[in-house]
Amino acid sequence: MIKTYAEINKKIESGKAVVLTAEEVIDYVDKRGLEAAAKEVDVVTTATFGPMCSSGCFLNFGHSTPKMRISEAWINDVSAYCGVAAVDVYMGATQLRHNDPANMYHPGEFRYGGGHVIEDLVAGKKLQLFGLSYGTDDYPRREIRTLFDIHDLNQAIMVNPRNCYQNYNVAINASDKRIYTYLGILKARMRNMTYCSAGQLSPLLNDPFYETIGVGTSIWLAGARGMVYAQGTQHSSLVERGDNGVPVEGSGTLALTANMKEMLPEFVRGTSFKGYGVSLALGVGIPIPILNPEILRRTTVRDREIIACVIDYSVDYPEKTGKILARYNYEQLRSGEVDLNGKKVPVTSLSSYNKALKICELLKAEIKAGSFLLSEPSQRLPLNQGMKPLNITGPVR
Amino acid sequence: MITKKIYLYFPKSETEKPIVYRLVKEFDLIVNIFRAKVTPEEEGYLSLEVTGTEENIDRAFAFLGGFDVVIQAGNKSVRWDEGRCAQCGACVVHCPTGALSIVDRATRTIAFCEDNCVECLACVAACPFGACSSAF
Repeated sequence: MIKTYAEINKKIESGKAVVLTAEEVIDYVDKRGLEAAAKEVDVVTTATFGPMCSSGCFLNFGHSTPKMRISEAWINDVSAYCGVAAVDVYMGATQLRHNDPANMYHPGEFRYGGGHVIEDLVAGKKLQLFGLSYGTDDYPRREIRTLFDIHDLNQAIMVNPRNCYQNYNVAINASDKRIYTYLGILKARMRNMTYCSAGQLSPLLNDPFYETIGVGTSIWLAGARGMVYAQGTQHSSLVERGDNGVPVEGSGTLALTANMKEMLPEFVRGTSFKGYGVSLALGVGIPIPILNPEILRRTTVRDREIIACVIDYSVDYPEKTGKILARYNYEQLRSGEVDLNGKKVPVTSLSSYNKALKICELLKAEIKAGSFLLSEPSQRLPLNQGMKPLNITGPVR
Repeated sequence: MITKKIYLYFPKSETEKPIVYRLVKEFDLIVNIFRAKVTPEEEGYLSLEVTGTEENIDRAFAFLGGFDVVIQAGNKSVRWDEGRCAQCGACVVHCPTGALSIVDRATRTIAFCEDNCVECLACVAACPFGACSSAF
């Protein structure tokens, strides 16, 4: 039995598509059996909501009178990259605000940065642009200071080089003092652990070999219709996998884009990690077409079948020793407490299962209503690709 | 005997007055201060719990009303903004009293129980989304 994208889209358009969330599909297949369910189910919705560095956006301001070729720009005092074109800039999610003391008084607070600028833009708030230029014959203006909001921009396109990490580390701190990381605050002597994955709801954990999610896949990015435009940076598919093919560490990634003018503020949120920096939390929903029973079987993956590795972020992570302290499945992690060497250790998440579940439902509703069609990828993501380290090779004379 | 939580704001004109002393001395109240920040000649904030008879507490509130003090009964100076909370749960392990907790395991819904909060502010540092904040 093989369904095609065209057949599934036809059913979606006629409002007859059977759509389940990645959570619902587990029990459904248990009850109906794989073969029968594969005939019935057309789409499974997957989602994730969590901090995703390697996000940002291209903004086009339009031209002032007289014209200006902006060479340096700050939005709400956060620097944007201007080496693109006269009035095109790129705002990165992890950019700090000008004069932020960072970790000079450790741990820094990092209350506002690129991620918050992006949040404020989507929320429709007025922001301040300050720009400088050296002036040219055709672009004589040398300074600009003005208020704007997202409606004043010609384009506000989110372009995220790396989102939707397929699985990730669980962080712990074995040292004698508290550490501050992008996975949150880790208490000394292994007194807490944090993880960041939507587990059984997460897109690439439901399609571990990238059979349906590829370059060109239509996605739901914070409520806007977006797409996967490339493999994500650090995409590394050649990793250790469980018997079910699901990676046990960070592996595949996706590069995503969508129009920010169509986004919902609830799913675009600047984040501040004490002692680390700023980032952006994003909601992503990806539909998986049930083309055959094998694809369906992979979407029935449960939290208890997805394994993650505990890494010591005080030494082993920064020094890349490769040491793994323990392995747990997401059912254990999500329970809020795990047993490590006979000691109970509390576990919390940076990724919001609650919001991911909500996104699965929102995307399901759009597909059922016939307003979200699936698209066949034009390219598959690389399957046998590793990740290179950065070797320091000394100065060039 | 009843216990009430109050949060007081003292403008510049009232910061030199020994108000808590008089709550104890004249109204026979047991005072448990969570947090205080008083800068002479500027302003002050005080978050506390008072225990006493209902009558004495009412009289004490009337007494406080005689000053230029803003009284917010029951409203602690630590706020959890439900709208800003992304329900990730990063705060839960840092909250020593369980005031912030997961109330629904299936959907991972977080809730804040004000009565259990001792205003240690650990959540303010732990929350990446800025959902927890302090009035001072």
